[in-house]
Amino acid sequence: MGAKNMISHSFRIAWKDLLELFRNRLGLVLLILMPIFMMTMVGFIYPSETSISNVSIALVNEDEGFGNYSASSTFIMALETDNDNTSMMTLTDASNLDDIRDLIQTGDAEGGIIISSDFTSNLMSGKQGTITIVTDQSNPQMSAMIQAVLQEVFEQMGTRLAQQNVQGLGVDENTSLAVVKPYNVQATGAVEGKFSYFDFIAPGIMAMTVMMSVMTGLPAAISQEREVGTLDGMMVAPISRLAVILGKTLAQMARGILQGVLILVLAVTLFGVTVHGNILLVFALLLLGVFSFVGLGVVLTSFAKDQETAVMLMMTLMFPMMFLSGVFFPIEQMPWFMQSISKVLPLTYVADALRKVMVLGADIPALTTELSVLIVFGVVMTAIAVPVFKRAMTR
Amino acid sequence: MIEVMNLTKKFNGFTAVDHVSFDVKKSEVFGLLGPNGAGKTTIIRMLSTLTRPTEGTARIGGYDIVKDDNNVRKLIGLLSEKMIMYDRLTAKENLRFFGKLYNIPKTLLNQRIDELLGLVQLSKWKDSKVGTFSTGMRQRMNVIRALLNMPKVLFLDEPTLGLDPQSTVEVREFIQKINRENKTTIILTTHMMNEADLLCDRIGIIDHGKIDTLDTPTNLKKLVSGDDTTVLKLEIPNLTKKMVTALQSLKCVNSVSQENASHIKIHATGDEAFDTIIDAVRAENAKINSIENLQPTLEDVFLHITGREVRDKADKKIPVREHGHFRPKRRVR
Repeated sequence: MGAKNMISHSFRIAWKDLLELFRNRLGLVLLILMPIFMMTMVGFIYPSETSISNVSIALVNEDEGFGNYSASSTFIMALETDNDNTSMMTLTDASNLDDIRDLIQTGDAEGGIIISSDFTSNLMSGKQGTITIVTDQSNPQMSAMIQAVLQEVFEQMGTRLAQQNVQGLGVDENTSLAVVKPYNVQATGAVEGKFSYFDFIAPGIMAMTVMMSVMTGLPAAISQEREVGTLDGMMVAPISRLAVILGKTLAQMARGILQGVLILVLAVTLFGVTVHGNILLVFALLLLGVFSFVGLGVVLTSFAKDQETAVMLMMTLMFPMMFLSGVFFPIEQMPWFMQSISKVLPLTYVADALRKVMVLGADIPALTTELSVLIVFGVVMTAIAVPVFKRAMTR
Repeated sequence: MIEVMNLTKKFNGFTAVDHVSFDVKKSEVFGLLGPNGAGKTTIIRMLSTLTRPTEGTARIGGYDIVKDDNNVRKLIGLLSEKMIMYDRLTAKENLRFFGKLYNIPKTLLNQRIDELLGLVQLSKWKDSKVGTFSTGMRQRMNVIRALLNMPKVLFLDEPTLGLDPQSTVEVREFIQKINRENKTTIILTTHMMNEADLLCDRIGIIDHGKIDTLDTPTNLKKLVSGDDTTVLKLEIPNLTKKMVTALQSLKCVNSVSQENASHIKIHATGDEAFDTIIDAVRAENAKINSIENLQPTLEDVFLHITGREVRDKADKKIPVREHGHFRPKRRVR
């Protein structure tokens, strides 16, 4: 039985599987909805920019002034002017810290600003004026953001004030900024352009969806056919057992790639992700990823005796893999033992390589490590999987 | 055509098939009769290369089922207990898919599919999805699927299980037709006595993984009665003394006993006994309301051999896990 026969049989089987898939309307809808949900969820939950808008902030002005001069009212006026341009927050007046706490508890405010009672007098007597930012600890992400944004705003306002002050001392308008703030710190990426958390996460999600599709689809498809009995129909025909695995894998791969393309299109159109590398390389990497996973899927299929067990087995493996392969969180953030687990997961390398290609525009030479790990993983797994599968099929 | 030698299958220490040996001649219909769980399906699965024997082997058309499995596969067709059909594909798509696995050239395959569909009166439904078919239609599809590669040997595992009487008759007639016209060797399993009696040239009675007895249906029945005695019970409303005397005078009749005003019981010997008696009664213008043939049936044979009734174990299949394959929980539509 030649290799040509095997290939043509596996194409038959793949085509049959896809035909079945396309006849299953609900399944098809879910197949398309899954990546859409995944993308929109991840895309909107993780903020793409570090800015806030229309956050309600309670403002307490305890400043007693100095004589009839009040530095705080100038400060508030400047703050309101700033806010009118950016509309970051909605300012509401409050009387004291307790009042702010009540407002945060009832949910009417998400943070507060307190201008201290000796604000003006301190400034007048050459000391620093104190502004306190009150945050809501029950919402760490929000409070961290408010804190960061407000600090920056106050910093800018302070700089402007300092500039005016040194100008009053006779410093040139143009050089005043250099006097007050001698260092100009700028950050730039390895590649030009604006990047967001989404650029980091999109390649990972793409890799994950394709892998998940194949990993859950393959065991489910084979054990379902075994349960229903149709697998016997293929097994009793004079075809290579390999053709069955290959055909099933091809079908699952087509399914996975379809979802991958969908994710890519959504990422580009909806979330402004740009692919910097070669798009063909992206798909080649996805295919290689699938190859490295298939063996594992087949081994599990051989062990799982029914569809339910197969799907449960896959789910148990998928979850740690999702979090440990650096799809959502950088691996470097994890403790050492988790990092070592992460290093033996093929998904880590697929996600990494995809990220390098899509974000950094990397070429094949830059991916040597990832590529060789994936190839080795795939070859070893396939070498284990084929005999195991053959044995399992003629139990 | 088929030589089975000490075929044995053990599942986790449980012996499902225990050193079974038998031969099947070319174009013979061979029946494996036994209760559920006796090991019939496991024998079929081993012979059709789906399960590897623990011990022993078999040769089909000269090819070893273990060493030469791919050559065996070319010769055989399998009608499994389960429906080997994809519900979401049409009848034609299903047949074309399986046909392609046998490398049948396209034009020949299409021609054969049309023929087979016509043979089981499904031509009208060739473009309908199999999922919409009735059980009877599905089983007919299942039968012709097994015939796609024109097998020399056909395995039929419970071919009429769960079918209504009409479909049962249709499938049985079809099996006989294939055997007659294509000279196909057929091995079928059943737990229905009348089915085995009707279809099989020889029957192996199997229980606890062993073949207890193997013979033709007629010979098996003789095991019980000892000779070719016919016992008939007739209900004749206009029964007369003259009729009884006429019957008693027949050569083949041993004795006639009158049970009541209209019922008589006749003991007779010889192959022609039945016909002779009926002719004699009709000649006396008797009106026959009912005839009960008290001839031993295979049920009696089975009871005689295994010492219990076939349906005893009907609900007790071997646990699925030990069987190595799975019963469908539900059908995916």
